[in-house]
Amino acid sequence: MEITKEIQKLMLERMWTIRTFEEKVMEVHEAGEFVGAAHPYIGEEAVAVGVCLALKDTDYIAGNHRSHGHPLAKGGSIKKAMAEIYGRVDGYCNGKGGSMHLADFSVGILGESGIVASSVPVATGAGLASKIGKKDFVSVVFFGDGASNQGACHESMNLASIWKLPVIFVCENNQFAITTSYQNSVAVDNVSDRAQAYNMPGILVDGQNVEAMYEATTEAVKRARNGEGPTLIEGLTYRFEEHSLGLGRVRRGEYRTEEEINKWRDRDPILIHSKKLIDRGILSEEECKEIESNSYSETDEAVEFARNSSFPEPSDLYEDMWANPIPKP
Amino acid sequence: MAEKIFAEAINEAIAEEMRRDSSVFIMGEDIRLSVYGATANLYKEFGEERVLDTPLSENGFFGAAIGASLVGMRPIVETVTSFMWVAMDQLISQAAKMRYMFGGQATLPVVYRASMMYGSGSAAHHSDRPYPMFMNMPGIKIAVPANSTDAKGLLKTAVRDDDPVIIFEDANLYGTRSEILEDEIPFGKAEIVKSGTDCTIVGIAASVNLSLDVANNLEKEGISCEVINPRTLVPLDKETILKSVEKTGRLVIVDPAHKVCSAASEISSIVAEEGFWDLQSPIIKVASEQVHIPYAPSLEKLVYPNIEKVSKAVKKTLE
Repeated sequence: MEITKEIQKLMLERMWTIRTFEEKVMEVHEAGEFVGAAHPYIGEEAVAVGVCLALKDTDYIAGNHRSHGHPLAKGGSIKKAMAEIYGRVDGYCNGKGGSMHLADFSVGILGESGIVASSVPVATGAGLASKIGKKDFVSVVFFGDGASNQGACHESMNLASIWKLPVIFVCENNQFAITTSYQNSVAVDNVSDRAQAYNMPGILVDGQNVEAMYEATTEAVKRARNGEGPTLIEGLTYRFEEHSLGLGRVRRGEYRTEEEINKWRDRDPILIHSKKLIDRGILSEEECKEIESNSYSETDEAVEFARNSSFPEPSDLYEDMWANPIPKP
Repeated sequence: MAEKIFAEAINEAIAEEMRRDSSVFIMGEDIRLSVYGATANLYKEFGEERVLDTPLSENGFFGAAIGASLVGMRPIVETVTSFMWVAMDQLISQAAKMRYMFGGQATLPVVYRASMMYGSGSAAHHSDRPYPMFMNMPGIKIAVPANSTDAKGLLKTAVRDDDPVIIFEDANLYGTRSEILEDEIPFGKAEIVKSGTDCTIVGIAASVNLSLDVANNLEKEGISCEVINPRTLVPLDKETILKSVEKTGRLVIVDPAHKVCSAASEISSIVAEEGFWDLQSPIIKVASEQVHIPYAPSLEKLVYPNIEKVSKAVKKTLE
């Protein structure tokens, strides 16, 4: 499959955007600049970017708790994303959502969910609306290996299949539900095997290869738009960092080895893709470096934007509750 | 206007809304053949795409309704209260929280019609009246129709409202017949069903009729009761209740839900906080016993509010 040079370059840019964003989030969390948890997406960037670049602006995506990467992959504002994590009024959600609900509805996001697998039925419903309303859009949901054990996931795949909905189920198999290995918690060898039970294609893809993710998604989108129904794509990837920032009690050696982590770090999706672009003569090493340093600058600007934005006022507490407001009890 | 059976009133509201707005569709279990009585002929008129029989996957299709509503549709979901438990994650984590959590970006015009089949030997798993649990959770509007007018008018308003709504339909009313007096009923506006001066009785769902029966009986004994039908619990028209208590000085709340943290509890606490100096006697809640619904008729009949319990409560406020 031919992938345009522009897309190949954009893949690198978006992966760097996510990487530098997440590195910064870790740094400022360590410095105590925002409250609560945050779940770094480092190592998994190729999944979100490969999938989102195969979509149109009018297509929808829904995410999960580890979802900083999804709005950024779909082209959401970096500044607003950072401001939301800082809990400021200029964030996507006016400071009401935070890290686990980093939704930018302006780029077709249906929300991220702190409850594992909870977005899966929601995204399936967007697919249903596309079908009933005879629209052209497809709906994608990102979920993990852990979520693939939830009933919500199975119910949704069954619904999408019997109704032939334009839904793409993207399992980001990062191999751990916090500390529980998918090998000890998923009854089949691969999450994609589960597609068989729902009579849909189940595709296992190298989740460190952004182009492979893009190609698999492009194929699934084509099926979806043709009315051929849903697809399950499993991107086999790896969580380079710990489950959540601030979850200090868990030590790596207790559930995975440094050796294993290093083995996967060698398969860094950004390194893999950069090398390809250089080998193909699409970008020089310097140009790759420039993309990297531009990303760092943009992230720094986003942090400045977030720091300079205000916290919501007490008068904002009751705002955003209702579309058709009702009196406060 | 003509008299209508409660279930027909619901059916009429759905059909009218589906004719008016092509984004309205309905889904649920066995609705094409109208197993629960309120969806007759919809399949025939609107076809398979807008009248969806679902698999037994409440968490899946309750959530699918949310997703569809987010992108421009207006789904109506038919269910039975007891099946809501398996879909609680979607109702709470998504329907109730989404708009606020996303800073107002999400708009979810989704309606859940939940039938409460209690008092008919259905035992513990099929007799739930869980609206108070949803009152405790911000983000969902709650309607409790008490007659055919309410059934039609509240449903039409619910479909047109841009927020998630659960309509708790009292299945004891499904076969009852009453006149359709209004076409659309605004949320948050209680109805004074009967005016009176000695004691206010607030009834929830079918308990409105029960309260009215008690009021009519007591009238013969010279006791004048004012009966209020709140129609919606979220929003709750507390002004109408407080104003009534200001006049009568006494309050009995009749609620088929379990007594602890019931709708009656909430109404009682509002009046205690905001209408205390108008009260001439303690507020009395007549709600269901704090046990699960037993199967044996001899036990089940002990659980819910009835004429004797409500009459006794009213008389006690007058002692």
